[in-house]
Amino acid sequence: MAIWLTKDSKVIVQGMTGSEGSKHTRRMLAAGTTIVGGVNPRKAGTTVDFDGTELPVFAGVADAMKDTGADVTVIFVPPQFTKAAVMEAIDAEIPLAVVITEGVPVHDTAAFWAHNVAKGERTRIIGPNCPGIASPGASNAGIIPADITGTGRIGLVSKSGTLTYQMMYELRDIGFSTCVGIGGDPIIGTTHIDALAAFEADPDTDAIVMIGEIGGDAEERAAEFIKANVSKPVVGYIAGFTAPPGKTMGHAGAIISGSAGTADAKKAALEAVGVKVGKTPTETAKLMRDLMSAS
Amino acid sequence: MDLYEYQGRDLFERHGLPVLAGGVATTPEEARAIAERLGGRVVVKAQVKVGGRGKAGGVKLAEGAEETVARASDILGMDIKGHTVHKIMITVTADVADEYYFSYLLDRANRTFLCIASVAGGMDIEQVAAEAPDKVVKAPIDAVEGVDEAKAREIVEAAGFPAEVADQVVEVAVGLWRAFVAEDATLVEVNPLATTAEGKLLLLDAKVSLDENAGFRHPDHEALVDQATVDPLEQAAKEKDLNYVKLDGEVGIIGNGAGLVMSTLDVVAYAGERHGNVKPANFLDIGGGASAAVMANGLEIVLSDPSVKSVFVNVFGGITACDAVANGIVQALGLLEQRGEQVTKPLVVRLDGNNAEAGRAILDGANNPLIERVDTMDGAAERAAELAAAGV
Repeated sequence: MAIWLTKDSKVIVQGMTGSEGSKHTRRMLAAGTTIVGGVNPRKAGTTVDFDGTELPVFAGVADAMKDTGADVTVIFVPPQFTKAAVMEAIDAEIPLAVVITEGVPVHDTAAFWAHNVAKGERTRIIGPNCPGIASPGASNAGIIPADITGTGRIGLVSKSGTLTYQMMYELRDIGFSTCVGIGGDPIIGTTHIDALAAFEADPDTDAIVMIGEIGGDAEERAAEFIKANVSKPVVGYIAGFTAPPGKTMGHAGAIISGSAGTADAKKAALEAVGVKVGKTPTETAKLMRDLMSAS
Repeated sequence: MDLYEYQGRDLFERHGLPVLAGGVATTPEEARAIAERLGGRVVVKAQVKVGGRGKAGGVKLAEGAEETVARASDILGMDIKGHTVHKIMITVTADVADEYYFSYLLDRANRTFLCIASVAGGMDIEQVAAEAPDKVVKAPIDAVEGVDEAKAREIVEAAGFPAEVADQVVEVAVGLWRAFVAEDATLVEVNPLATTAEGKLLLLDAKVSLDENAGFRHPDHEALVDQATVDPLEQAAKEKDLNYVKLDGEVGIIGNGAGLVMSTLDVVAYAGERHGNVKPANFLDIGGGASAAVMANGLEIVLSDPSVKSVFVNVFGGITACDAVANGIVQALGLLEQRGEQVTKPLVVRLDGNNAEAGRAILDGANNPLIERVDTMDGAAERAAELAAAGV
């Protein structure tokens, strides 16, 4: 088992016919993901061939769900159209929407999130600006490379894509139940806390790695949550200890404003609730390795 | 992107909000023209993106054109907390009776927007919130429903604005929300929002931040970027679509993915503690799927920084294949030499992940004495810091 994405997940791709969408549809198929179709109103009724797999193109998410039983959508459409694509996924009440697109205006994200809340949060949104979610050996929804690691009993939640890959690589001999990249934007759908809660409840996850970065107070809130609700061991890493205030470090959300959002404050909050925090990714991996071999 | 006060004032004016008449000047002569147009008493304000300018002497009153010219000469070129004053805003003065606070901002924790309002304006709102929390109203705003007259009235009543200004505050609250949404702002802060002796409500200050991700629907926002204070290397990087931030150390950094590059800065700074206290010289994320050309552009920018003594290329091949990155590095060095640039700074390269073995073989085969390969991130950071310390 894994969280949110399993071998039974049926995945559609919004933006499957675009260059990024088609490239990653091919990669997801190669990783063993059950992809059942794509969405593009202008190409509805046609099919697209991916190395011998014919995938139908639907006019909308609701049509695709009705025809295929899809329960996951991966969204690759450009930032100008992302809000409409996510709104459509929410309206169709698809259980999981993974928004890969980078550069989505924060007013658009706030709007689709508010819409999701108004509809009773029937759709779990991961992202935007995220690498997606991978349950090694079962399914892969997004752009996380499938060949870094195999299945295992560590859960991973991270704001950053390449740090996710780095950590998967460092601990590839132990393996992961599910790796979730929640994205580096100021407003995101799924948070560290959501992933921590799901890993805590997942019988196939024994320990959790949590990767954060400067900006906001999500890590501090996650620390509070861990104290009250997480019994499984958690190891943490925070990027951006040496980032100067007031400069955005690549991710739109990675900025220290005033005294808020520093890596030191996040590390202190996590350590105060018993989470071991590594100084570097490699040291963090070692903390997890020690923990897994001790248990 | 944070705006200057005058840009915020202009933005408010464009959205029909009540602001003081004024203009912006970069020379005392421009200041004279504005003072003559406005007539009477004016206030001359240094335009810097840092607080505390009043205490630093960056805000002065002036009576008539001559005095305005004199005050403008005093303030232009002044240093306020490390920021040189290149621009001044000149406005008419207002006879202020009361000062309030009003803002809309992003509320990351609640994944929505927030309105903060207080009748205790004019000072730092964080201080008011700490000392008199009952005087600060924080109202979550639904991103879809926004702020209509009813919502605005709710906020105005909760904050306890006096009855005689309530209607005007409601109007400003609705107008400011419209501007906030229309401009894709992440912050609009008015402190003070003031009433005059005649009972008229005015927005006397403007702190505005705009969302750069929304640039595609605001081509006019590009003009708000202040070229004078943009670092020339950052400007050159931007023209090449590179995500580069200039820092003040000696180790040039190139990596893929924002998180990994941030992490690289940290690891290099830690290593620097053991090597002459060298620090990262920049943040540069070449992104996923970086080609040889992107690597060449990145290397060119990093190497053109005179304070760089060594370069650390840290790539984890996820979607990016390490052999492509290695080819990129080798070709980039060749390209730079063809352009007549003498590359003398050592490069420490760490490649892991997708096709790492092939990438490492390419680097070894290139036989370039400037390229040094170290196969762990921590080890490579150590080596890059050591080389930078030796080159300082």
